[in-house]
Amino acid sequence: MRPILIKNGRLIDPAQNLDSNKDLLIENGIISKIEKTLTYPDAHKIDAKGLIVSPGFIDLHCHLREPGYESSETIRTGTAAAAAGGYTTICAMPNTNPAMDSKIAIKYVQEESKKNGYINVLPIGAVTKNRDGKELTPMIELAELGVIGFSDDGNPVYDANIMRQALNYSTITNTPIINHCEVLELSKNGLINEGPISTRLGVKGIPWAAESIMAYRDIQLSKLTGGKLHIAHVSTKSTIDIIREAKESGISVTCEVTPHHITLNENILLGKENYNSEFPSLNLSSYDTNAKVKPPLRNSFDVDAMVSGIKEGIIDFIATDHAPHKFLGKNTTLQAAEFGISNIETSLSSTLSLFHNSQISLSLLIEKLSSSPAKFLNISNIGNLRKGSKADITIFDPNKIWKVNYNDFYSKGKNTPINGHEMKGKVIFTIVSGKIKYEKGNLYD
Amino acid sequence: MNLQTKKHLLDIDCYSKEEIFQILNDSKIMMEILNRKVKKIPTLRGKTIVTLFYEPSTRTRISFEQAAKILNADVINISIKESSSNKGESLLNTVLTIQSIKADIIIIRHPHSGAPYFLAKNSEVPIINAGDGSHAHPTQSLLDLYTIQNNLGKIENINIVMVGDILYSRVARSNILAFSKLGANITLCGPNTLIPHEFLSNNHLYKNIKFEPSLKKAVKNADVIMPLRIQLERQSTGHLPNLQEYSKQWCITSDIVSISKQDVKILHPGPMNEGIEISSDVAHGPKSLISEQVTNGVAVRMALLYSMLNTEPNMNLEE
Repeated sequence: MRPILIKNGRLIDPAQNLDSNKDLLIENGIISKIEKTLTYPDAHKIDAKGLIVSPGFIDLHCHLREPGYESSETIRTGTAAAAAGGYTTICAMPNTNPAMDSKIAIKYVQEESKKNGYINVLPIGAVTKNRDGKELTPMIELAELGVIGFSDDGNPVYDANIMRQALNYSTITNTPIINHCEVLELSKNGLINEGPISTRLGVKGIPWAAESIMAYRDIQLSKLTGGKLHIAHVSTKSTIDIIREAKESGISVTCEVTPHHITLNENILLGKENYNSEFPSLNLSSYDTNAKVKPPLRNSFDVDAMVSGIKEGIIDFIATDHAPHKFLGKNTTLQAAEFGISNIETSLSSTLSLFHNSQISLSLLIEKLSSSPAKFLNISNIGNLRKGSKADITIFDPNKIWKVNYNDFYSKGKNTPINGHEMKGKVIFTIVSGKIKYEKGNLYD
Repeated sequence: MNLQTKKHLLDIDCYSKEEIFQILNDSKIMMEILNRKVKKIPTLRGKTIVTLFYEPSTRTRISFEQAAKILNADVINISIKESSSNKGESLLNTVLTIQSIKADIIIIRHPHSGAPYFLAKNSEVPIINAGDGSHAHPTQSLLDLYTIQNNLGKIENINIVMVGDILYSRVARSNILAFSKLGANITLCGPNTLIPHEFLSNNHLYKNIKFEPSLKKAVKNADVIMPLRIQLERQSTGHLPNLQEYSKQWCITSDIVSISKQDVKILHPGPMNEGIEISSDVAHGPKSLISEQVTNGVAVRMALLYSMLNTEPNMNLEE
């Protein structure tokens, strides 16, 4: 394997408080040297002048759809999209068909991603058989195979007793239970956030309390059992407040937020020309099915609370919840459309807007995309740029201006609510174990 | 007639005040035609109008059909049950098919809010919204405006009370926009569970809207009372204890009518649950404009179809 020398880049590694212009050498898939100036005549050279050299991004929540829903995404296309988005490791949610509730299903994803994936895929196991909330999966067996946690994502673990037992049982393997918090009776038939926009559009809303009520229940159950709880895709101020209190009292709870819940609000559903006015007339870009997602895009106060949650450290990391859907899954009415946003290729660019708006620092953003997820995974040789760590590295230009065009997505899911939006910042290189997997629009096996 | 209409009628908020009044004026002319012995004019000869109904409807569909036929257009009626459409063709392919047979306008009713916007986005054919989910029913609004204008001589500053299921009512949503835009004072009346409080916050689209849960207080100075149809299933979703309780509190009876102004008018978008949201004697009594609403609906829809489809510079109103 030819060594790679990354020259003149600005290295940012929150794990070691590093932010300086240095050269970085990769040998045998490992970060071997970091110095002010390095020379290595035989190495493949990357000139990173003006670029940020960051630990490779880690996504703890995405949907690869394989097996079962290959017309929406495959491990091949999903990992291609992830590489283009600067991700070097991603965790696949188990809501496939069959669900990731057995040894054979987990092995399939592991082997398929080794064979055809561009980047590393770590599976998440189901909490219950067939994700139907009734009986636990063989969690010890699955944990031994390498699942990084358990979730019935897409569905909440609804039965409080099953959730209690899952949290308790998982303490044997010390793996987290990742719950999608949604009180289904409150969200029933709901399409978007409940509030002025749902009233205006005449669609059933999902109230904020549908999320925070279950988050509170789960926190109590974590306290009761000592099990590790991770709350997926938080979206409301109320949930953040509950998690803050739990963390302060020492309960083992972590949480994540998606790029869309920190950059978009429900107003997008009114339509393109209407972002800044309260109740303008609707138009043909109203009811955008690509903005239909669970949890729903909330109001601007909730979005502000998410950003504060990141700054305060209540939110542990950013996870995409990349949810690709096929054409007809979104090309229909808002009510008939599927929930979910395809965003793994736009994740960095979207979240960089918070840096450009001076809301969060570049270092904090990189932390939430790389070192914090690595810490959650308890893997010490990824998510940082330490000498000896795996050479999983993302190089991006924080200032490159470009426009989102879903036709350019590697993902099969073209379902983005920000198609046509101008972005500032783009991934230039993605390096996995010392191999360039993505470079300026091109993928390499 | 020199109305420059928008390409589609998706909701009443597509139209300015002036455009609304233009349609109301045109409707008067259409009413004259509707009252002729031979009620047929050749204006839309050679035009094909497709009604695409994903929900059962009698009055709205036959009203459009009658309006189209008087204007000499050809009408194709399509009824699709929502459940079977899931197995069959997608909404997208259905609209593309209708476009390909060279339809000139599609009139859609669909149980999903926003469905007409989806059609308009995906086809070249002009779309009229004949009711989408809980969102909008703009032609009902136009005929309600026309009916009130015709009977009270004005819309500005009249007191209109809408009673009942505002939350799920597309008629209420469009009427709130329309009457608010034209300066009427709106009072919403009914149980809290069926009144979205967002309508009460003042902003540039919703003006002069009050909430009064007590029907007796709400109707006190009413010029117009408009009860809305109560769906039986509201009971199972917890919005109402039962219809008897609803009826006791919010049914428009002759006692209620007697509290309000002497010349109060009663409108109902239909279909009615007589004895639940409105008593039979009020529905068929002297203050009721409910039958007139139906006739006016034809005239208003004639005016609308004419404005959207007529390509001749001058109107041919000859028989």
